[in-house]
Parts: sequence; structure tokens; C-alpha cells
Amino acid sequence: MPERSQNDRTMIEISHVTRSYGAFKALDDASLVIREGEFFSLLGPSGCGKTTLLRMIAGFDNPTSGTIAVDGQPMAGIPANRRPTNMVFQSYAIFPHLNVEQNVAYGLRRLRLGAAEEKRRVEEALAQVSLTGLGKRGAHELSGGQRQRVALARALVMRPKVLLLDEPLSALDKKLREQMQVELRRLQQAVGITFILVTHDQYEALAMSDRIAVMFGGRIAQVASPKEIYQRPVNRQVADFLGGMNFVKAEIVEENGSSLVVDTLGFGRVKTEKPKAFVRNGGGATLGIRPERLRVLWDDASSKFEVAGRVIERHYFGEITHLIVEIPGLEKPLSVTETNDFGADDIPVGAPIRLAYDPDALVALAD
Amino acid sequence: MTAIRNILSRWLPAYALLYVVFLYLPVVFLPIFSVNTSPSPKFPLAELTLQWYRDLPNTPALIDATRNSLMVGIAAALLSTILGICAARAITRYRFPGRRAINGLIMAPLVLPEIILAVSMLLVMLQLGLELSLVTVVFGHVLVCIPYSLSVLTSGFEGFDRSLEEASADLGETAFGTFRRVTLPMVAPAIISSLLVCFTISLDEFIIAFFLTGTEPTLPIYIWGQLRFASKLPGVLALGTLLLVGSFLLLTVAELLRRRAARRTQNAGGAFA
Repeated sequence: MPERSQNDRTMIEISHVTRSYGAFKALDDASLVIREGEFFSLLGPSGCGKTTLLRMIAGFDNPTSGTIAVDGQPMAGIPANRRPTNMVFQSYAIFPHLNVEQNVAYGLRRLRLGAAEEKRRVEEALAQVSLTGLGKRGAHELSGGQRQRVALARALVMRPKVLLLDEPLSALDKKLREQMQVELRRLQQAVGITFILVTHDQYEALAMSDRIAVMFGGRIAQVASPKEIYQRPVNRQVADFLGGMNFVKAEIVEENGSSLVVDTLGFGRVKTEKPKAFVRNGGGATLGIRPERLRVLWDDASSKFEVAGRVIERHYFGEITHLIVEIPGLEKPLSVTETNDFGADDIPVGAPIRLAYDPDALVALAD
Repeated sequence: MTAIRNILSRWLPAYALLYVVFLYLPVVFLPIFSVNTSPSPKFPLAELTLQWYRDLPNTPALIDATRNSLMVGIAAALLSTILGICAARAITRYRFPGRRAINGLIMAPLVLPEIILAVSMLLVMLQLGLELSLVTVVFGHVLVCIPYSLSVLTSGFEGFDRSLEEASADLGETAFGTFRRVTLPMVAPAIISSLLVCFTISLDEFIIAFFLTGTEPTLPIYIWGQLRFASKLPGVLALGTLLLVGSFLLLTVAELLRRRAARRTQNAGGAFA
């Protein structure tokens, strides 16, 4: 995916926003800056506060404390219908008594553009989402994918400063979802509008976003690029939520400003970057390594960094095989993902095995 | 087992036919005898005539009764639909303690013996010192209409996706604009349907009107009065036929509208691919 140049202008500034329902905090002291033209994702399990935050940006809900500013303008007291944001709803919320054209033109009506200009804008929006020619279709004659496109066109036609997307792909089947991920990203690059996507699907967030905020229990755990979030998760929770992760117990040998030196039983002595959120709790620490960063060493191949063990389980997934490998000294077996080009799917259960790893792939994790 | 099933499958259509005949045969007699020249309803029919229908507009008492019934019907329909809208909106939109109980209580007049209802309403009206008139009839009819109004409106409002109203606001529309451009068009069929159903029920209702009216008769009461005179019977039959056809048409329109409303709101959220 080509990278579009972004400027560093702040589009949305969320500072110390809390939303309480009685004693329950749906959002707890969240602060975040989203840049202009950015594709930003709020990622987390259900109930983590991501939708609450999105709805507060849209104006459907208000912070208990803290402030939200869009394009430098504080949003407190401004109702949803006067905010420079538009939303694609999870249910799409297509007006069932209107056809596609009328749905898309719904918000333009108040702008009083004149019939010709209105028609031109509607046509343009329909073309952007590849729905040209379907303007006269009734709302109930649309497929799930088409409904989603109408919802998108209806929001884009307003030329918002920020487009908010609330789990827009969750109702689609897998194939269509993957296709729409690519299309959405392409569309965002073309129109250059700031997109904020709420999702619980880590692959969706990784595939589409410039940056991701990972949220748990009303708090923002980490904000970073997809690559950094995946490769350098700040804590166990983030690491676990984004794909598989092997956790390895370690003893801290040396700790300074930015790095840690630890001893592990399986991987020996390792020097790693210290995560910002790291708080020392006694002498122990946790290291993480992704299953695909452990590679099977075939025959007499060798590596400077390797661990040896025994295969105890094998799971076949078509293009890859998932191996569970027991390593002497490690309390939990390692999970290994290997492509099937060299016959990983034929490794017998019980066979001895050696695994190569890159020490940079071992990351220290805060708890 | 298969033998029983065979017999059943052979005789079920016959049973169904008998059942329908039993239900509707009396109804069919009404129009048949209303075009008979002989004033007594007996087979074989004498001659066909539309005389009884032609006589209807020339009966001043009948015209008065019709006017009374229309006024009562319109008032009862409006009142019970307005009350029904409030109740249906609360029941479909909000989750509150006692929601089911309240729903049940509102629906209860549907299964209460009407005569008991009528007598108790009469007692209440008299206790309150109200003069019996068409107004008291309207009150009585509102009570029996609300359950119907509520069930029609609930099925129209149910599944109304709240995000539709949010989407409208999100697209820049004001609260009033949202009501006018989204909420109203979506629930209008259900509201019209409720109005028609209530109007029809009020038009045909006898017992409550009989107890609660003063000196002004509604149509059913007028018909009841006419039945004492054998010679007036054909006119009553003609009038009855007209009422029957009218009610049937109104209820059909109401049901079509209710289904349309239900389809609209249900389409809003789901219906994927």
C-alpha cells in the first residue's frame, strides 16, 4: 500500500476524557492526538470504550470530564448535527423509506446547493464507492456490501473533516470484508479525509491504519503504527490481543534507562529494549516472541541463536502449520508457525526439533 | 400412523371448508336478504330489489345515528391512537421495571367481558357526575380501542433502529427535521392503520355505547331499536351490509399499512444479503 504523505497538523485532540456511568468508567482519562489525513483505528475487545469514544467525537455522547477538540475547535456544547464529523454506523442506518440517491442526498438538503449541484455531488459520491447507476434502488433491494457503500457515500458526500466508522465491516462475510479493507484504505488515500475506525478485529486495524490505539477497560494501552504495535507491544495484554505470542519468564540481570538485560532458561541471556510502561516488580520480567519469528532448522542447518525441543502437537492450516514445541527449561511449550513450503506439515509429533530465532524478536513486556 | 395421516390429509381440506362456511354463512345471508323484495327473511327469495338501500337516506333518525357514530368513531380513533403512540413508544424504546406488567394491563380490556366493562364504566361515569352523552361513549370506546391501537403501533415501532435518528442528526438535521424526515414517514403507516382499526371498532361497538349513551343513539343502537319492527328488518339488513363492507375495507387497508410499516422498520437494521 503506497504511503500518502501526511502533515503533522492536529485534527482531533482528546485530552483527559472520562465517561462514567455511576461507578463504572466506560472511558478513563483517555488522551489522544489524531493528525489530519490520518487513518486511525481504535482497537480493543468489546467494552473497552472505543465505541464510547467514537460516539463522543460524533456528539452522541458527552464526556463526564475532559475535552474533545476537532480541528482546533472545542466540541463541548456543540450537538451532533453541527459537528464537522460524519459517521458510518455499524448497522449502516440506511433510511429504509428512501432510495439510494435520496439517502446520499439526505444531508445535502439542508445545505441548499440547488438541484444541479446536489445531483452532481451525489453522483460523485456514488462513483467514489462504485455504486454508479444504482441511485434509484430501494434501500431494501441492497446487499450487505451495497448498504455499507451507501452509508459511506452518504457520509462522504458531506465532505466532513473527520469520517467516523463504527465497526463498518463486522456484518460482512470474510471475503467481502477483506476486499472492503483494501477499498476503504484506497478511498481514504484518495479523499484525504481523516478516518477514525472502531474495530475489534486486529487484522483489520493492522491492514488499514496509519496508527492504532489499543484500548482495554476504558484505558488507552498503546498508540503506535501497526508495525510497532505488532512487533513492540508495550504489555502482555496488547501482545496477546494482536495475534499469538509466546510468553517466556525471565530474570532481570541489568536495568538502565532504555534497555534490559535478562536471563531466560530457554533463550539464555538477552538484551532488549525497555518498554515505556515497564514497571519493575521484583527481579522477574516477561519476554515475548511471535510464533512466526521462530523458524524450524532443517537437517544440519544451524543458527547462532537456536533452541532445541520436541514437537508435541501439530495443526494443519493449509498454507501454514502450527507446531507446539516443548523446550526443556521453559514452563510452557512454544507455539511455532511455519510455512508449508519445506514440509513442516510432515514433521511427526514427538520428533526432536531445533528452532532458530532473531534475538531482536524477543521483546520485554510490562504486565 | 400413516393410515391416520392419509385420512387426515384427505379430510383436512373438507374440514377447513366446513369451518369457513360455518364462520361466514351468517354474514353471507345479510347481503342476500337485503336485496329481497319480501320483508321477511325466508327462502326462496321473492324478487331482487335495491329499494331498501334507496330508502336508507330518507330516514332522518338513521342519518342522525350515522352522524353520531362518525363523530364518536373519529374522536375515539384519535384519542386512542394518541395514547397508543405514547405507550407503544415507551414499550418499544425503553427498558423499565414493570414494562411487561404495564403492557399486559393495557391489553387486558381485550379479554374482559364487555358487558362487565360497560356496567363498571357506567358506574364510574355516574359517580363522577358525568351526564351520559356521546362524550361518555367516546371514553368507553377509547378504553376498548387502546389494546388494538397498542398492538398495531407496537408492531410498527418495534425494530425501529435508533441509529436512524442518530444518522439523521449526524447528517446535520435538527431534532424537528429528523422527526419530520425520518421518524414520521417510518411510523406513519402504523399510525394510520391504528386510526382505521380504532374507528372501525368504535363504529361497530354496541354494548358499551348502549350503556353509556344518553339520548343520542349510535348506529348499532339505532339498528337494535329498529329490530323491534318486523317491517324495518330489510332496511336494517341493507344498513348492516353497508357497515360490513365498510368495516371490511377499512380493516384490510389498516392491515396492509401495518405490514408495510413493520416491513419498513424491520428492514432498517438487518436484512443482509
